[in-house]
Amino acid sequence: MIRIANGQGFWGDSIDAPLEQVRRGPIDYLTLDYLAEVTMSILEKQRSRDPRAGYARDFVDLIDRLLPELAENNIRVVANAGGLNPEGCRAAILASAGRHGLNVKVAAITGDDISGRLDELGAKGVEFRNLDTGEALATIRPRVRSANAYLGAFPIAAALDAGAQIVVTGRCADAALALGPMIHEFGWRPDNWDRLAAGVVGGHAIECGAQVTGGNCQDDWETIPNLSDIGYPILEVDADASMVVTKHAGTGGRVTVAGVTEQLLYELGDPRAYLTPDCVADFTTVQLAQDGPDRVRISGVRGAPATAYYKVSISYSAGFKALGQLAYTWPGAYRKAQAGACILRERIDRLGLRFDAVRAEYLGVSACHGIPAAEPSPELADQLPEVVLRFGVRGPDRAAVERFTKEIAPLVLNGPPSVTGLGGGRPKVEEVVAYWPALAPKSDVRAEVTL
Amino acid sequence: MKVRLIELAHARSGDKGNVSNIGLIARRPEDYPLLVREVTAQRVKEHFAGVCLGEVERFELPNLHALNFLLHDALDGGGTIALRADPQGKTFGAALLRMEIER
Repeated sequence: MIRIANGQGFWGDSIDAPLEQVRRGPIDYLTLDYLAEVTMSILEKQRSRDPRAGYARDFVDLIDRLLPELAENNIRVVANAGGLNPEGCRAAILASAGRHGLNVKVAAITGDDISGRLDELGAKGVEFRNLDTGEALATIRPRVRSANAYLGAFPIAAALDAGAQIVVTGRCADAALALGPMIHEFGWRPDNWDRLAAGVVGGHAIECGAQVTGGNCQDDWETIPNLSDIGYPILEVDADASMVVTKHAGTGGRVTVAGVTEQLLYELGDPRAYLTPDCVADFTTVQLAQDGPDRVRISGVRGAPATAYYKVSISYSAGFKALGQLAYTWPGAYRKAQAGACILRERIDRLGLRFDAVRAEYLGVSACHGIPAAEPSPELADQLPEVVLRFGVRGPDRAAVERFTKEIAPLVLNGPPSVTGLGGGRPKVEEVVAYWPALAPKSDVRAEVTL
Repeated sequence: MKVRLIELAHARSGDKGNVSNIGLIARRPEDYPLLVREVTAQRVKEHFAGVCLGEVERFELPNLHALNFLLHDALDGGGTIALRADPQGKTFGAALLRMEIER
């Protein structure tokens, strides 16, 4: 049996969770997920300013803190912290190991970055049509900023087979971080579809960190103990792909069938065909059972052969946006906020500013759900103590968005009464990076392991 | 008799581009058939009027006593583009639990 821990569900997650996973009980592998679509665009901006950047610096700081303990406890690390520069990340980790006087084998997995090959592959007939809309890549080609294939778990397993203690990947399927160690440990073959699918389900269960151990859990959340000391997940896996989701003893949170079910459904599409680079997992075959306190057993998972394609995520520049907020109070807070939004729309028209989208939302009323069933009754709406107007615009013209940002603050003096700004001065203009999901034939993408 | 989904189920929502997914899970397995009967794709589309501008797909997971919904064109363009306070539809699971169904 091996124990695969997750210590990071996204870049920005608890910086202490990985240390707790190492210090509060036994684990064999520490997996860390740093990459979301939005992360890739941040890394792309950093790399465009400095070619040595483009990976998750937090990961290097973390390893610098943890390296002696990892070495002492023989814990191996798999992280997608490499982002757009896995080799740069590897070099930084090796430099850290040098400072500690430790000899550590660090692998970088590359080949996912195909941004420099889009035209070459396009000439060969790879269309990169948008999976959601069917549009041709040509509509955004000049604005492309990055393009990465989601690699699978076998390159990670190969790096571990070769003795790597730390594996740094670029873009790969989230569940591959956990599946790679299983393939390495148990020698699963590329056509062991059921075992690979079980590994994908287990990896999916732990890839969002504490979201499977009681965090963001709607099932009786008020009774979930000690969230300030929540334990991050650990997957215990046997060679036959039977597995248990658990967490270190003495930590907060809770591992239940209800909570694991919520996480299995998270970001799920067609449950019968969960596509990954290594197999197609059938989530309608998953069986969950409580296996003691804070232990949930996963069994019964069936898989099918993987497709001949990698998913590719292409990011591109899509204009600019800005958002501002004002808080209005009783009496008539909601009506005041609505009047404020109306004035802003009229100002935009008077100034002749053109946007692709203009949006007003009312925090404290209906901003998040935004559905008819969430609208308060007129009597309740009239008695709300306070309402925050959140007003935003988006468009291709930076100057127009910039001009809009100067229209929020004046409303404090020249609009409806009993209003206060929410600090921070004028809103900032943000560059918008959009995503273009596509496919690339596996035969055109080659993963490389540097060790 | 009408009952709110929050009495019978819990939920979690996530995003893929401009598509929101909502997993709806029966608290008690015996209530799952009721969810299958009442919480149709059409009802979910109506519930999210003005938010979900595309179609709603529904998938059944009887093994987990759960339904999975895909709400297309529901996130104002998607996580990085959206002007929404909840650009990834993180709270849509709770929004679905507001629905009233016939018991």
